Amino acid sequence: MSVLIFTIIVLLGAFLAGFLGSLTGLGGGVIIIPLLTLGLGVDIHYAIGASIISVIATSTGSAAAYVKEGLTNMRIGMFLEIATTVGAILGAVIAVYLNAAYVAVIFGCILIFSSMMTLRKKVDHTTLDYSSKGAKFFKLNGSYPNQGVETPYAVKNVAGGFFMMLFAGTLSGLLGIGSGALKVIAMDNIMRLPFKVSTTTSNFMMGVTAAASAVVYLHRGQIDPGIAMPVCIGVLIGATVGAKVLVKAKTDKLKIVFAVVVTILAIQMIYKGLSGGF
Amino acid sequence: MMQETKQITDKDIQSLVGNLLRAGVYISMAIVILGGIIFLFDHGSEKIDYAVFDINKVSLKTVAAIFEEVITFKGVAIVQFGLLMLIFTPIARVIMAVVSFFIEKDYLYVLIGLIVLSIIMISLSGGFAH
Repeated sequence: MSVLIFTIIVLLGAFLAGFLGSLTGLGGGVIIIPLLTLGLGVDIHYAIGASIISVIATSTGSAAAYVKEGLTNMRIGMFLEIATTVGAILGAVIAVYLNAAYVAVIFGCILIFSSMMTLRKKVDHTTLDYSSKGAKFFKLNGSYPNQGVETPYAVKNVAGGFFMMLFAGTLSGLLGIGSGALKVIAMDNIMRLPFKVSTTTSNFMMGVTAAASAVVYLHRGQIDPGIAMPVCIGVLIGATVGAKVLVKAKTDKLKIVFAVVVTILAIQMIYKGLSGGF
Repeated sequence: MMQETKQITDKDIQSLVGNLLRAGVYISMAIVILGGIIFLFDHGSEKIDYAVFDINKVSLKTVAAIFEEVITFKGVAIVQFGLLMLIFTPIARVIMAVVSFFIEKDYLYVLIGLIVLSIIMISLSGGFAH
């Protein structure tokens, strides 16, 4: 295949990945990796390097909008970034020593888990119990604009959230994905943040987390400009269009169809990993 | 009164951070697209070779190497430079946050920000890649 044809195919595929990733909340990274490896026979190391770049582009682009709306809790973001960046570097270093087949199998499992997460019913865990000493010390309790009213919220279990973030960061660095699903669990279920705050703060942290592991990948030669270029352009444009459509579209059915497709891709990744295809 | 001043500062920071992030993404993407076009003109008809990862295939692997090569105006070097700018955007955001927490006299968060920065800087120096 010529470089030109490859670039065009990847550009279109990345656009689709970014578009669907933003509509379903799954993110572009988890879709572009199977597309590159299973669809185009690209080595998973290059796919991960390109994907992490697209994670920086999309999360930074949308974080810009959220931060301005005052939804993001910048202190929680900064505090948890200690955990996610340490994790991200750890993950990227582990990826150097880990067999590509194992990476593919872990990737498949996380893919299934993330797609299940997009289907789950959201339960509001917010609380006004200000008893957490950690939250008080790190000034994490805050308020956010909810339908025009500034609504306060209290933060619980700071240590638990921190460790979950360390894990989320490690997977992000290992697999080249944003691992938004895990970050939201840490913030919604463990730290009890409101959805709007947890999703936007997770997005805010994703850029720095991905930058930390991208640096390791860059030094390793895993960021190939020929792949990273069409991937990040395509995913970013796709995600931007997706975010515009999302406001109007009903995504419930799409999420189910997409979860099925993604699960099939994940099983293929796991199968190929186990049968020595990587 | 004090509460009010603090709130205004927080809002100002949020707006500034938002603008920085957006500008960073637009500028780096423009550089990537420019480099991509040059790259396709020079190498568009060549065969791709991505089936097996080769640690020595990509030559532009360090910040220094990318800065040295970008002035040659080769497509690959410009793309890699744009990607580097993109990687720097969230890092610049952390630097800005540290400065603004310093102005707000929130020294705990100045420290937290510096910890995050030093983690990334150690990684940037290449310490973890081998």
